[in-house]
Amino acid sequence: MISKKKRTPQLAVIGGGPAGLGAALAASKAGLDDIVMIERDIELGGILPQCIHDGFGSKVFKEVLTGPQYAQRYIDEISRTNVEVLLNTMVLELAGNRTITAVNSAEGMITIEPKAVVLAMGCRERSRHQVFIPGYRPAGVITAGAAQRDINIEGLMPGRKIVILGSGDIGLIMARRFTLEGAQVEGVYEIMDHPGGLPRNIVQCCYDYDIPLLLSHTVTFIHGKKRVEGVTVAHVDADLKAVKDTERFIDCDTLVLSVGLIPENELSKHAGVTLDPVTAGPIVDERMETTVDGIFACGNVVNVFDLVDYVTRTSEVAGRGAAEFVLQGRKREAPVKVLPGRNVKYVVPQFVSDLGRDIDFYFRVEHPERAVTARVLAGTTPLKSKKHKMVHPPEMLTASATVADIAEAAKAEGRKVDSLMVEVVDSGK
Amino acid sequence: MSCALELTEEDGEVKGVTGAQCKVGEKYAAEEFSDPRRVVTTTVPVRHGLLPLLPVRTTTSIPRRLILDVTRRLAEVVLEAPVSNGQVIVPDIMGTGVDVIASRDLEKHDDRRQGQA
Repeated sequence: MISKKKRTPQLAVIGGGPAGLGAALAASKAGLDDIVMIERDIELGGILPQCIHDGFGSKVFKEVLTGPQYAQRYIDEISRTNVEVLLNTMVLELAGNRTITAVNSAEGMITIEPKAVVLAMGCRERSRHQVFIPGYRPAGVITAGAAQRDINIEGLMPGRKIVILGSGDIGLIMARRFTLEGAQVEGVYEIMDHPGGLPRNIVQCCYDYDIPLLLSHTVTFIHGKKRVEGVTVAHVDADLKAVKDTERFIDCDTLVLSVGLIPENELSKHAGVTLDPVTAGPIVDERMETTVDGIFACGNVVNVFDLVDYVTRTSEVAGRGAAEFVLQGRKREAPVKVLPGRNVKYVVPQFVSDLGRDIDFYFRVEHPERAVTARVLAGTTPLKSKKHKMVHPPEMLTASATVADIAEAAKAEGRKVDSLMVEVVDSGK
Repeated sequence: MSCALELTEEDGEVKGVTGAQCKVGEKYAAEEFSDPRRVVTTTVPVRHGLLPLLPVRTTTSIPRRLILDVTRRLAEVVLEAPVSNGQVIVPDIMGTGVDVIASRDLEKHDDRRQGQA
């Protein structure tokens, strides 16, 4: 059944989590009055409704909220607009000319031809097969986010004796959650020699409950045919390879994997959007517009953020950018590349289309370092810099460059700025 | 975000805190030492709601030693949908002076999704 109704809104937002909500609201405030938001789940909020812990919103609201509380703020606001929200609706295809094919049980197949699109699909979890853990395929191997959904939304307990692989925030949060729901968490195992999550989570999720956190360890085998019966863990060497004679067996019925998040870009690929191999998300400019005109992207689909506050901020940039594109059209100048400099793994945005605006940069360092200065360079001229006592990969950093700063740099160099760089250097220099 | 704090004590009394990047850090370090407190978040069963569980939170932090008791106490509560964001679920939980409130709106829904309550 193909719905006879073809929607031709000004803007289609794919994803109703914090990124999609922020973009739709910002676009609405910027003057768009015909916006469709498409969400595959039964309600809005994205991942937030299952993130029942607090720690959200300290920058945006100056309050520390739980995930559902943060989502509720935006859900309340969107209900006061005329944004059309399609729930239980899955986008199957996105064409380069922005035509969307979606499906739901109420209308069947739906065609949407918007003037602009905001991609806000978020990310998915890395699975067991992507990290190559041998063994049979018993029940009881589950990713941390899926376990979180089971426990916090579905009311299901994935298991009773838990081993967690990966010390990223989701793994740590679930160590606590499983414990509070009566399971026994045997330990959290981390392949790197430093933890993946924030210090506060190590304290409040492991230390508080006497759950061991072992660094430089990994799971080398999953035992059990129908149900997990245990795992083998081993110490790893400097090349992250398991050291055979350090192997030991741990009795458990569930292995929870917290081994990374991958931006969900199937639709972006359909549309011919260029992806950045380092972030696994679209390459975007200072208005979060991708390499395809009229297709914007924000939130975790661009790169995995650790603060939802930054997701909200980038989504508002995308929403305003999309509104401007629809209402005024937008001719983009030759792109100015934004390069990751010393100890910077990646920077978003990856290019700038219009140097006539203030730009906010989001970046991560490659390795931990103490007593450093992070700074933006226009050409070879350093702009603002910020000192950090400590930087490490799990904590995303921000920097900015104002129009005035860039103009001054151009003046100092006697030519137009043709590249920007974000670097992290020793504070001594 | 995070910073590394150093606290000096003498006979169980806090003498000083260094390394804080904001005022909150100093207070936090002293509290962590003498009276560690935590915000508790968990879920509570709901009947006839869109979802079988309602996420709840303590409005502010409670003594860390009471976390497990608070969660067990909350597991006994059974709510009826609809519930409003901020609605008090259990006032003054375990005599802490802190309320436990709903973290979201949860509407009534007649055909239940999977899950138990």
